[in-house]
Amino acid sequence: MKWNKILILIGIVIVVAVVGFAAVAPEAGQISGAGKYLPVVKNVILGLDLQGGVHVVLQAHDTPQAKVNQETMNQLKAVIMRRVNGLGVAEPTIQQQGANRLIVDIAGISNPSEAVRTMIKTAFLEFKTQDGKTVLTGADLKDAQEAQEPNSNQVVVNLTFNSDGARKFAQVTAANVGKPIGIYLDGKLLQNPTVQEPIPNGRAQITGYQSLQEAHNIAVLLRSGALPVKVTVEEMRAVGPSLGADSMAASKHAGLVGVIAILIFMLMYYRLPGLVADFALVIYSLVVLLIYVGLHVTMTLPGIAAFLLSMGIAVDANVIIFERLKEELATGKTLRSAIDTGFKRAFVAIFDSNATTMISAIVLYFFGTGPIRGFAVTLGIGIIASMFTAITMTRWLLHLVAACGLGKNLKLYGA
Amino acid sequence: MSLHFIKVRKIWYAISIAVILPGLISLFLHGLNLGIDFKGGNILEVRFDQPVTADQVRKTVDGLHLGDNTIQQSGANDYIVRTRHLTQDESDALLAALNKIHKATMMQNQSIGPSFGRELAMKAVWALLIAIVLKLIYIAFRFEFKQGIAAIIALLHDTLVVLGIFSLFHLQVDSSFVAAILTTIGYSINDTIVIFDRIRENMRARKKGEALEDVVNVSLWQTLARSINTVLMVIFVLAALYFLGGSTIHDFVLALLVGVISGAYSSICNASPLWVDFKLLEKRGKTGTARA
Repeated sequence: MKWNKILILIGIVIVVAVVGFAAVAPEAGQISGAGKYLPVVKNVILGLDLQGGVHVVLQAHDTPQAKVNQETMNQLKAVIMRRVNGLGVAEPTIQQQGANRLIVDIAGISNPSEAVRTMIKTAFLEFKTQDGKTVLTGADLKDAQEAQEPNSNQVVVNLTFNSDGARKFAQVTAANVGKPIGIYLDGKLLQNPTVQEPIPNGRAQITGYQSLQEAHNIAVLLRSGALPVKVTVEEMRAVGPSLGADSMAASKHAGLVGVIAILIFMLMYYRLPGLVADFALVIYSLVVLLIYVGLHVTMTLPGIAAFLLSMGIAVDANVIIFERLKEELATGKTLRSAIDTGFKRAFVAIFDSNATTMISAIVLYFFGTGPIRGFAVTLGIGIIASMFTAITMTRWLLHLVAACGLGKNLKLYGA
Repeated sequence: MSLHFIKVRKIWYAISIAVILPGLISLFLHGLNLGIDFKGGNILEVRFDQPVTADQVRKTVDGLHLGDNTIQQSGANDYIVRTRHLTQDESDALLAALNKIHKATMMQNQSIGPSFGRELAMKAVWALLIAIVLKLIYIAFRFEFKQGIAAIIALLHDTLVVLGIFSLFHLQVDSSFVAAILTTIGYSINDTIVIFDRIRENMRARKKGEALEDVVNVSLWQTLARSINTVLMVIFVLAALYFLGGSTIHDFVLALLVGVISGAYSSICNASPLWVDFKLLEKRGKTGTARA
């Protein structure tokens, strides 16, 4: 027995146990002061399918007034961004895909259909005179705010025109005293008030809303401006928060059972090396979790499946090595040289097999969207991390165990 | 060593064909049950706060005249309603109508336009083809071209097994199914390569006069424990996901489960024996020309 090696081994076990606890145990987050950094899993970003949210793919179409090009797409993106922000949700992401598509992801939203409706409303505001002439549009607006009149409790949207708009509005109201001016949104008549006197201050009011919420939505639409082109919803995936929580709980539970089954099987079948591999697998999981946090990987439902599958790959590398180790021991080699040759021979097989799985992950990454992409990223990270832990960690640990003299009995290695 | 894997290879081929054939016939007759990802449509899953019968849900949905629809119970008080692609107003009306039966919360609501669905389907097919070609190139580069072909045939075997089972049991095929197929072929080729690696090593140490069939057979036996242990562990995880992982990923996990088992089989019983056949054909061809 070499005590210094045993001490190193015990040291490693303790470090991993502490890190493992700090990373995943919810209690670790309660320790005062450390709560900011622990636990790690808390910092894994959850995908829309796990925390609830909506994923929308919008497609822009040419209209007689405007063609879809990069300029209109930029305008469109800005308008949609303002509208989504107006919903008061946390961190929406809006990306352009291809020449004419926008992808909008909003996490943790309670009413996705309302959000989608708000997004795709053209919101083209027009003021028309009695003879149907458009005199002012939404482009002349500076601001729109919802408000509740203190006296009448009536819910209104207050419009403020920009200087150009205010001048136009003054002229139009002066020319139309006693006549109605219609306020249209997307071609629908909202109101048809009669002008009592010229309005020089560039202010107008729309009334007749049921609730402050309704007025707020209209105000957001008007503030953010009209969509420059026609927009349709090509894809919409909304997951309610309860389904997200269900999926999360179920896959956690399933993952735990599956992993424990792997750990027990490895221990029973490969004995001492199995124990080492189990230990390496715990390290592997920690490494992968830290990479997720570090690279801001979004965890999706397929991503969890990929994480578990990558554990299969990580264990597989160990299985290949241990089967080799057994064979080398059977030829009468010493433990140390059997470990070295075993690893050397197994490496080629592990490398080639992982490289082809990596091809799957890369192709999926480039062709997939949303959750599938999450699956590909998780799988790819898993493959690379597994190469490291299975080959470097397990080998080092096995040598350490062998050097400790703990495992003089070759039966422990399954030989 | 009792069983000679290569000598009985005709039996393996026969088993493969027996498994694939029914699925293949079903594929030609019924095709695949494409989900909304690939053909467009709308899925709404709701949870009622009280027990509700499927009949109540069906009547409500039919009352809205949204065309063909299917109602499926997905949990104690959960229902999935599948319809054609709905506009936002129609979708809202549907949820509102269901809400009238009893208080209903939206669990998920997915809507895919038909042309967008076709685009996703095309992308999926391309992803599959490109992945296969890249793998072929990799194997041809690291091993030999004939082994690449044998491995790809084994992959097609696995793809057909999974497709066939999904067609036979009318299971829904969506974009996560594509991920499942790609993972399946990833695993299958993993298995195949570990075996090929051993064959490569044993071929180098091959004694004079040792038959190719025997070298491959020995290699298969040497890697057998690994093949079985690994697939077992993957099955542990997948089985746990299948039974405990919630309904959302049921079909995805099932595709993986079938694929991984088929992959383990095809790596042992198809890929290596096929390579032996290719090699023997090549030899026969050479001696044939030498004689002529």
